[in-house]
Amino acid sequence: MLLWNHYPLNFTPKKARDMPTHIATRLIDAASQIILGKEHAVRLALACLLARGHLLMEDMPGVGKTTLAHALAHLLGLRFQRIQFTSDMLPADILGVSVFDQRDGSFRFHPGPVFSEMILADEINRATPKAQSALLEAMEERQISAEGRTYPLPASFFVIATQNPTDQIGTFPLPESQLDRFLMRISLGYPDPASERALLAGEDRRNMLARLPPVLAAGELDTLLAATRQIHVGPRLLDYVQALLARSRESGDFSSGLSPRAGLALLAAARAWALLGGRDHVLPEDVQAVLPAVAGHRLRPVGELPLPPDELTRRLLMAVPLP
Amino acid sequence: MTPKPHLRPDQTGWLLACAALSLAPHATHLPPSLIGVCGLLLGWRIVLLRQGDRLPHRVLLFALALSLVALVAIEFQRLFGKEPGIALLAGLLIIKLLETHDVRDARTVILLSFFMEMGLFLYQQTMGVAALALAGSVSTVAALLSLEGRAEPPRARGMAAARLVLQGLPLMLVLFVLFPRIQGPLWGLPADAYTHRTGLSDSMSPGDVARISESGAIAFRARFEGDPPPPAERYWRGPVLSEFDGRTWRQTRGSVTDAPSYRSQGTAYTYTLTLEPHNHRWLLALDFPAAAPGLRYSSDFQLLAQAPVHTRVRVDLVSHPGTQVGLDESDAVLRQALYLPPESNPRTRALGTRLRAEARTSGEIPALVIAHFQAIKLAYTLDPLPLGRDDVDSFLFETRQGFCEHFAAAFVVTLRAAGVPARVVTGYQGGEINAVDGSFVVRQSDAHAWAEIWLAGKGWQRIDPTAASAPRRIDSGLAGALPGIDRLPLLVRSDLPWLRTLRDNLEAIDNRWNQWVLGYNPARQQALLSALGLARTDWTTLTALLAAAGAAVAGVLAAWALRRRSPADGIDRDWARFCQQLAAIGIPRAPWEGPLDYARRAGSRRPDLAPHLDAIAATYANLRYGRANADPTARQRFHQSIKAFRPR
Repeated sequence: MLLWNHYPLNFTPKKARDMPTHIATRLIDAASQIILGKEHAVRLALACLLARGHLLMEDMPGVGKTTLAHALAHLLGLRFQRIQFTSDMLPADILGVSVFDQRDGSFRFHPGPVFSEMILADEINRATPKAQSALLEAMEERQISAEGRTYPLPASFFVIATQNPTDQIGTFPLPESQLDRFLMRISLGYPDPASERALLAGEDRRNMLARLPPVLAAGELDTLLAATRQIHVGPRLLDYVQALLARSRESGDFSSGLSPRAGLALLAAARAWALLGGRDHVLPEDVQAVLPAVAGHRLRPVGELPLPPDELTRRLLMAVPLP
Repeated sequence: MTPKPHLRPDQTGWLLACAALSLAPHATHLPPSLIGVCGLLLGWRIVLLRQGDRLPHRVLLFALALSLVALVAIEFQRLFGKEPGIALLAGLLIIKLLETHDVRDARTVILLSFFMEMGLFLYQQTMGVAALALAGSVSTVAALLSLEGRAEPPRARGMAAARLVLQGLPLMLVLFVLFPRIQGPLWGLPADAYTHRTGLSDSMSPGDVARISESGAIAFRARFEGDPPPPAERYWRGPVLSEFDGRTWRQTRGSVTDAPSYRSQGTAYTYTLTLEPHNHRWLLALDFPAAAPGLRYSSDFQLLAQAPVHTRVRVDLVSHPGTQVGLDESDAVLRQALYLPPESNPRTRALGTRLRAEARTSGEIPALVIAHFQAIKLAYTLDPLPLGRDDVDSFLFETRQGFCEHFAAAFVVTLRAAGVPARVVTGYQGGEINAVDGSFVVRQSDAHAWAEIWLAGKGWQRIDPTAASAPRRIDSGLAGALPGIDRLPLLVRSDLPWLRTLRDNLEAIDNRWNQWVLGYNPARQQALLSALGLARTDWTTLTALLAAAGAAVAGVLAAWALRRRSPADGIDRDWARFCQQLAAIGIPRAPWEGPLDYARRAGSRRPDLAPHLDAIAATYANLRYGRANADPTARQRFHQSIKAFRPR
């Protein structure tokens, strides 16, 4: 049974620490200690995981992508596995391989690194499309098939993939259809001077992480995930989301509009954002907050000049009045 | 610069559909070659749409347009006038489609399509044509709608267009009733408005009436006060043909007066005649119409209109079948009625001379001729064998089969040879009552020819020689006299009862249409307006009335639309009021801005109001987007807080 802080705030916090909102706040606070000055990006990443989506981080090397992934896994208390993608990687390197066992006289499946609760797929665009699609299929199905058998992945299965800008040498950009499997794409960018100063002056982030206790107790992640699914979406908000989808399809600004799957993704992310904001229902502001991350990698602008994703989604937002 | 947006496939599809629907009804009157070309070009455009190919080059289009103009010039021998004009428009519409790729071109196509729908009425103004034009208009409106907004399934788009057309209906009614009317054919153009009419003419050669009989078109309608006359009396008298050149019978030009030269007597039949336009002056009436204002009477007792009948006319008539006419006929007329060209039809003339010798008085001669006709077993047929040089001789002595004009001509020639003045009368015989609305319908297939003879002391008398050979022609109409002939128009055949019922219903509806829609002339408009209490109306009053009524209709529709746009419930109204008040102090809400963001932005501009703003916005967000709130006091409190909110 979940209680919510309706306006006006008239409930008495008996077990405030157990409220989903408070758990979420604790998470954000803890992650912000590690990743300095990136509260919005951290919040988005957390919302993405709460919406049971996979996250794609695209940025220059060295801005803290890997550190953020580490921090999230650690704080959520998830079994973490990092896969460094390289150009000579094979699908079996990710999924696992069947080896002949001489004692049994039969083949035995050795699960690969994908059998973990949180995967950091580092530099995913360095691998060949074949290796990429092995992971992406596992993300979509939440299970893998090898040698005619199906192996389910853990109930909590999150992929955080990082990607260097695709104009670098030796990269295989992810095709659009596979980009669609990531709920969000975010980039961290350079920290502001004050945060950078703190980073330079402070101690090594890895060591800090190792000392930081997990924020979530056993079962609390499930509570959060369930609470996210129960966030209320009213008819007016559905009207708004539909208007956004329709506008993206017919405005003529985009070569292809948002798909129904993108619409579902937008709603799921908005639910998670509402939860992080301490509400039991989704507001248009929630949709607007997650739209750049959810829609940025799914929209292709028409025309010669590629506009930055934020500008694209900003235009979309400003073109659709609230119903 | 933003690239010009190209048409979506659904938009092009609607354009093609509306062009096809607008052009298809014109297939009945455009030349087949042009229809073929248009069909091919339309098919080509559909293929281009399906394959997503580029549209043809401008040079090719220019060549196409030139050859189209040439085709029209060849088909019609001219480029100006109604028919070549419509043909040109049809072709240009199709060529325009071939270069249509943006919204501006699409609007041109839509305009042309509307014009093609209007063009339909230049040819015909029946209800069917109106229905076709309506279907075309709905599809064109749908195409216009598709240019705006998102793609929709065709069914929804069509329904939306139909709704729009329906909303235009009140305005259309106002315009129809109040728009100042002009007398005359509204849709006719002088050059070729009066062509192509089937019907009687002012001359008759063998085979003419038979040809008319193949048309099931309505010649006129009559509505009797009381019972109609018995079938044997239903002779609708038309052109009287006295001049004979051995083959063709023609009218004699006689004097025309404002009053008949006979005195009406005997039983009277009162009826209203609604005559379809036939482009001649004569009217059709039962024998013999009494004097009526506005009508003219010729010396051979034809009833004439003041001017050729180019539009449907209604005439109120009284006829007295017992009237005796021509008791003191002039010698010139009688001489004309005895004239036979020398050397024509020698055998018939010999027959006439022989019968005259057999008769004791000239009054017996007609009966002898009828008896002779019966004795030689003349056959009544719509398909007589071809006749030789002397038509009457061939008919009486060789082929012995003919249609009513053969009978009438042979009878008159024989009587003239026997010395009895006689002439041919054409008109219609019969007609039937439409069971649905009780009107009396006479068709072209009822066209008939009979004879009139002149006897001293009795004047002109009607004798129908066809009746002697085919009495059923008079009693039960053409279909009764010629059973099983499929050359008869389908609608006239009496062996299909369901077809009769269908036809009766359709024609009753058509009659209403004619009377109330097409026949809505200045007089009827005046009558309707005086019934509404506007006794004297000139065009200025009408225009003012029209403007007022139009404005009223538009006002009602606009009010309805605005009402539907206004906020659906109290929460929205209150929130709109809140936003208005903030806008009044210079902080308007952006249309896309959410409530919390708006309150935060406004609060940063007016920190003094911030707590109020945040509370109101949060309550609104909770009421509007939260779970269905069972607490009615929350809404009430929200309403109160909005009412109390007065920023300065």
